[in-house]
Amino acid sequence: MNKNEIIPRLNEVFRDIFGDPSLSVNENTTSSDIEDWDSLEHINLIAAVENEFGLRFKMREVSGMKNVGEMIAIISERGI
Amino acid sequence: MKELNFPFDGKDIIRRRLAFRKQLLSDGSVRIKKRIAVLGGSTTNHIVSALELFLLNFGIEPEFYQSEYNQFYEDAVFGDPQLDSFDPDIIYIHTTSRNLTMLPESPAESREKVQQRLNDQFAYFRQVWDSLKQRFSCPVIQNNFELPLFRRTGSFDVWSRTGHAAFIQKMNVMLSDYALNTKGFYIHDINYLSSVCGLANWHDAEAWYLYKYAMNTNVIPDLAYSLACIIKSIYGKNHKVIDLDLDNTLWGGVIGDDGQEGIEIGQETAVGQAFSEFQSFIKGYKDYGVLLAVCSKNDEENALLGLNHPCGVLKPSDFVSIKANWEPKDRNIAETADDLSLGLDSFVFIDDNPAECAIVEGQLPMVRTINLSNVHEAMYQLSRSGLFEVTSISDDDMRRSEMYAANAQRAAQRKSFESYEDYLISLEMTAVICDFKPVYIQRITQLTNKSNQFNLTTRRYNEEEIQQVSTSPDHICICGRLLDKFGDNGIVSVIIGKCSDKLLDIELWLMSCRVLKRDMEIAMLDELVRLSKEKGIERINGFYFKTLKNSLVAELYGSFGFTLDERNDNGDSVWHLDITNYVNQNKVIKIIDKEIQNEQK
Repeated sequence: MNKNEIIPRLNEVFRDIFGDPSLSVNENTTSSDIEDWDSLEHINLIAAVENEFGLRFKMREVSGMKNVGEMIAIISERGI
Repeated sequence: MKELNFPFDGKDIIRRRLAFRKQLLSDGSVRIKKRIAVLGGSTTNHIVSALELFLLNFGIEPEFYQSEYNQFYEDAVFGDPQLDSFDPDIIYIHTTSRNLTMLPESPAESREKVQQRLNDQFAYFRQVWDSLKQRFSCPVIQNNFELPLFRRTGSFDVWSRTGHAAFIQKMNVMLSDYALNTKGFYIHDINYLSSVCGLANWHDAEAWYLYKYAMNTNVIPDLAYSLACIIKSIYGKNHKVIDLDLDNTLWGGVIGDDGQEGIEIGQETAVGQAFSEFQSFIKGYKDYGVLLAVCSKNDEENALLGLNHPCGVLKPSDFVSIKANWEPKDRNIAETADDLSLGLDSFVFIDDNPAECAIVEGQLPMVRTINLSNVHEAMYQLSRSGLFEVTSISDDDMRRSEMYAANAQRAAQRKSFESYEDYLISLEMTAVICDFKPVYIQRITQLTNKSNQFNLTTRRYNEEEIQQVSTSPDHICICGRLLDKFGDNGIVSVIIGKCSDKLLDIELWLMSCRVLKRDMEIAMLDELVRLSKEKGIERINGFYFKTLKNSLVAELYGSFGFTLDERNDNGDSVWHLDITNYVNQNKVIKIIDKEIQNEQK
């Protein structure tokens, strides 16, 4: 799957999870860019992204993701 | 809110939680406010946020206190000023098998050692409950324990002295016993919930390593929903009425078209069995105070005809209201609510027709509808939806269940019977033996065509022929239905005899194998003799026609005391019995009159 397919779907997930329909993420977005993106919301985000793209993140990935770009890279490799 | 009614999409709820919450909080409904303290043995944040949604949907606006991670014991036993000032209305202790700290460690541990572990583990939790009770006089909800996913020793884990599954099940029994004897203490059965979700979906070791969640985050909505059901039940927000359609909901077929003998209910067909079970399931709700009502598009006369079917479980007297007419169903439901002085939000409407469900949902959105696509699905939805979750039961009910428990113990002790007759007596059998009623014609025909073993003449009949003999003045036709304490076996035996002057020839005698060795054949003989005497018969002739499958009954007539007249080389035999001085032989089956039996039901 390429980036252009992933980003719109990912955007919808972020908008739902953070309840902000104007939200727009790109590869450089990090948790400090989104006010409510704390460790708790991260858990919901991971679950929702996993369900959306039918994949399971590895533990190292869950705790090590630094920005949305890394998330996209994993999805493009294993997502459906 | 429909998205939060069972069956819901848990993944969707996780993702769109904020939108749902916003919608609920702005829908203008009036809710009672409750302070809920959640004391966790693992992370509880997402459980609380899902619980909030379901409670809002049930008409409760919660405010939460959460203990720090895994501080349930400390908060309860040593107290916490924040918790004190929160002054909870309800306390939920979210512990799981991850919090069992005293599980057996080695298969070498002695029975005493394992018992000590159990007692200590229970005492640890008991300390939590006792302290909470001293400090707060509010309801406490406690999870029981889920079974482990990983079993090093396989099935042995559940029955070995030191198995973890065995330990968990014993703990669960101890918890239940405590709950039974403690007012205001409720078990949240995550043991059931984890099984019904599937242990493989429930457990997620990585969720534990990463977030300290004791379960997969995807099942958190299931957990929160089931918990919300207990809480809303405690605050009296259960539904109160099950309003039921009739045709293809309580029986198979359409009573107005098919007539009483055409609808399917009872043990004779698979469809009939399904609806019987459904009727029994629904009837059971009555014992917990749920009201039953009928809402059906039918002439009232036909509705009653269907409900008076001899094999039906639900009778007209089981319903507080029967609306059988051609008015729109939403209007009938609203009228019933008025008659009973109950709110529409206490109604659950069950109908097999999706269009009727949609109309009711559209006109009366506060009524919960269950579209019965099949009986199994409807019973599952009724169970999981928690609409009638029970959290209290009257003292009388409590005593009743103790009585039942005592009876069960007696039965278990009586296991070794003195004689086979004692065993038969213990089955508490009753039989209805009658002529061929129209509702039984189909079943009788079916029996004549499929019974091979207990069948003296193996004569096959079609439905017309059965109909003919059933009204013929020269025939005696009886069929027998056997019930015992375990249930109704349905029509199991058929006899057709042809009279000529003072003689009766038994043309057909068969019995279903499911009731072999129950003395049902003797009860049938008694009744055959009684009817024969009424007709002035003095002698009954019996014929045994040998087939490959019916050697079981080769000597049946002899065992009854018939005299052998002739035995052919091919194995056939002819017998007779003079009945003038016949004495009834059945001692173990109570014969009841059909009408009386119906009233008892």
